[in-house]
Amino acid sequence: MELLNSILVKPFADMIAAPDFLLQVLWEGTVSGVLYALIALGFVLIFKSSRIFNFAQGIMVVFAALTLVGLHQNGVPALLAVPLTLVVMYVLAYGIERVVLRPLVNQPDIILFMATIGITLFLIGFGELIFGGENKRMITEELMIPTGSFEFEPFGGFVLMEQKDIVAVGGAILLVVALLIFLNKSKMGRAIRALGDDHQAALSVGISLSTIWVLVWFIAGVIALVTGIAWGARAGVSFALEVIAYKALPVLMLGGLESVSGAIIGGLAIGILEKLFEIYWGQPLLGGNTETWFAYVLALTVLLFRPQGLFGEKIIERV
Amino acid sequence: MFYRTAGQFKTDYQSDFALFPVRQDAWLLAFILLLAFVVFPMTADEFTFRALLIPVLIYSLAALGLNILTGFAGQLSLGTGAFMGVGAYACYKLVTIFPEINLIVAIALSGFFSATVGMAFGLPSLRIKGFYLAIATLAAQFFLVWLFQKWAWLYNYSTSGAIQVPNIDMFGITIAGPNAKAITQYYVVLCVVAVVTYLAINITRGRIGRIWKSIRDMDIAAELVGINLMKAKLLAFFVSSYIVGVAGALFVFLWRGAAEANLFDIPLSFRVLFIAIIGGLGSIMGNFLGAILIVALPVLLNTVPHLFGLSISSSAVEHLNVMIIGALIITFLILEPHGLARYWQVIREKLIIWPFPH
Repeated sequence: MELLNSILVKPFADMIAAPDFLLQVLWEGTVSGVLYALIALGFVLIFKSSRIFNFAQGIMVVFAALTLVGLHQNGVPALLAVPLTLVVMYVLAYGIERVVLRPLVNQPDIILFMATIGITLFLIGFGELIFGGENKRMITEELMIPTGSFEFEPFGGFVLMEQKDIVAVGGAILLVVALLIFLNKSKMGRAIRALGDDHQAALSVGISLSTIWVLVWFIAGVIALVTGIAWGARAGVSFALEVIAYKALPVLMLGGLESVSGAIIGGLAIGILEKLFEIYWGQPLLGGNTETWFAYVLALTVLLFRPQGLFGEKIIERV
Repeated sequence: MFYRTAGQFKTDYQSDFALFPVRQDAWLLAFILLLAFVVFPMTADEFTFRALLIPVLIYSLAALGLNILTGFAGQLSLGTGAFMGVGAYACYKLVTIFPEINLIVAIALSGFFSATVGMAFGLPSLRIKGFYLAIATLAAQFFLVWLFQKWAWLYNYSTSGAIQVPNIDMFGITIAGPNAKAITQYYVVLCVVAVVTYLAINITRGRIGRIWKSIRDMDIAAELVGINLMKAKLLAFFVSSYIVGVAGALFVFLWRGAAEANLFDIPLSFRVLFIAIIGGLGSIMGNFLGAILIVALPVLLNTVPHLFGLSISSSAVEHLNVMIIGALIITFLILEPHGLARYWQVIREKLIIWPFPH
């Protein structure tokens, strides 16, 4: 009875008793959810257009952020470092397509998946070799991102919203909108979607596979840079950031591997729910640190009812 | 010429079903066993045992377990490290609760714990497939490692949160713990690995193995010809996790000597997966070849700069190692996606017709 009470009643009583704290938790969850959604978006784009499960997306986030900070440390002005980092991400995308993906066309999925793990290891070693393994500060002020904070006092309480988080959420929304417009309205975007629908048909109407792959990996790199700046501003830049890649995987399960909207909604849902669970159930009952696995268990439960995720394409199998 | 099978007649089914229908295979195996049982122990020193021979065997065993699941039954799993952890912690609890238990028995029993846990996490495989399943097994990975940290009973409430292997005797010889000699540990590991490998070969080439392969190739078709998918998939998870659990127990008790929960985190899972894939999915021998490669590479890479008289700081060497291993994985996948085992097949074909190529 005691246990049931602490599982079913007490958390909700706590929520109602301190609505300002609940709002704070919800806001924190939203911010991390937006960032999970961004990483998941990078995954989805690459999976849609090439059926490659890109494990390296998380490390691309770190790599992009490290390149930006590293360039700035070597005397490049911050606003020039951003376009330079984009150039580096383009070179990376081109290199990956040329060296890794092209020779592996038509191999089984698991081989390509392993290759992206190989890329992950390579980038970790390469990045640490060049930029060093220690934790670095993100160049937030230099990029003209405000660092102050707003305070609200709803319900007689106190809620703190950091301006850089608001900028991160705003930037993410802008990026997603731009991406959706690009995918749906531009010629290149249509080519990407065509490739996602049917490789053979897309090739036969003259869409160049390698151009699109480089483009898609580059877009994933741009997303990685935005995520890297936003996350780096919160937690500093180091390879410890790669754990957020593991956070994006359950988002994919929840939303479906092929669905852009699934990635966004799944990311927000997981970000908010895992924070709520950690604060109200995890810390009092399970000794905390439940954020490492909660998202997976949640996604697993959903998958048991919808094997293709909430928004994934229905799996039709024929013998 | 070397692999000519002409003249080796089979007059009954019994001999056709034999483990080695080709005589040269049996000789080759005998040679390898001779190396493993006699030549290596006589020539190796303490460092070679600890840095090469024992880890190669243990990683091969873990990869073998994973390969049964991924290579034979076609269910991609990323939770191997956690299942190894279950085996290790189960063995630790068994040994500390029943101190008079024989270590081999404890290791064999601890496999059943990880097998049960593995089967429970294999349940989603009945509904979900492919990458969705791979991510689902990551749930096991993160949840179990979290449990190893938080459930103090598992490590007997020690303040460090780590498990420490006590000295364990068997027939008057110390085989585990700080006092054990590397050579005895090597022999114990070798015997366990040999027995499990023998069993695994026979499981995978028999009825059960064929059922698994048919599921791997197309599970709907397998179901239509009357295979019970649920039973077969769960059995694959059971057998695979059993072997992985045994490997985990050996990993801690006969090699590392102590373990924290972090040891079983995701890099371990990936290392085992690399071994299975670089060795060759769906091959038993591939696991051993892959393990030799993955274990020996860092050791080799550490010695290379010294050979050329270069002085690189040790952290740079470490980063270079990670980078080179990543590059090598990609290279191997490009050169031979079917793994090292495939190379052996090619060599065998060549040896049959050598020296006349047509």
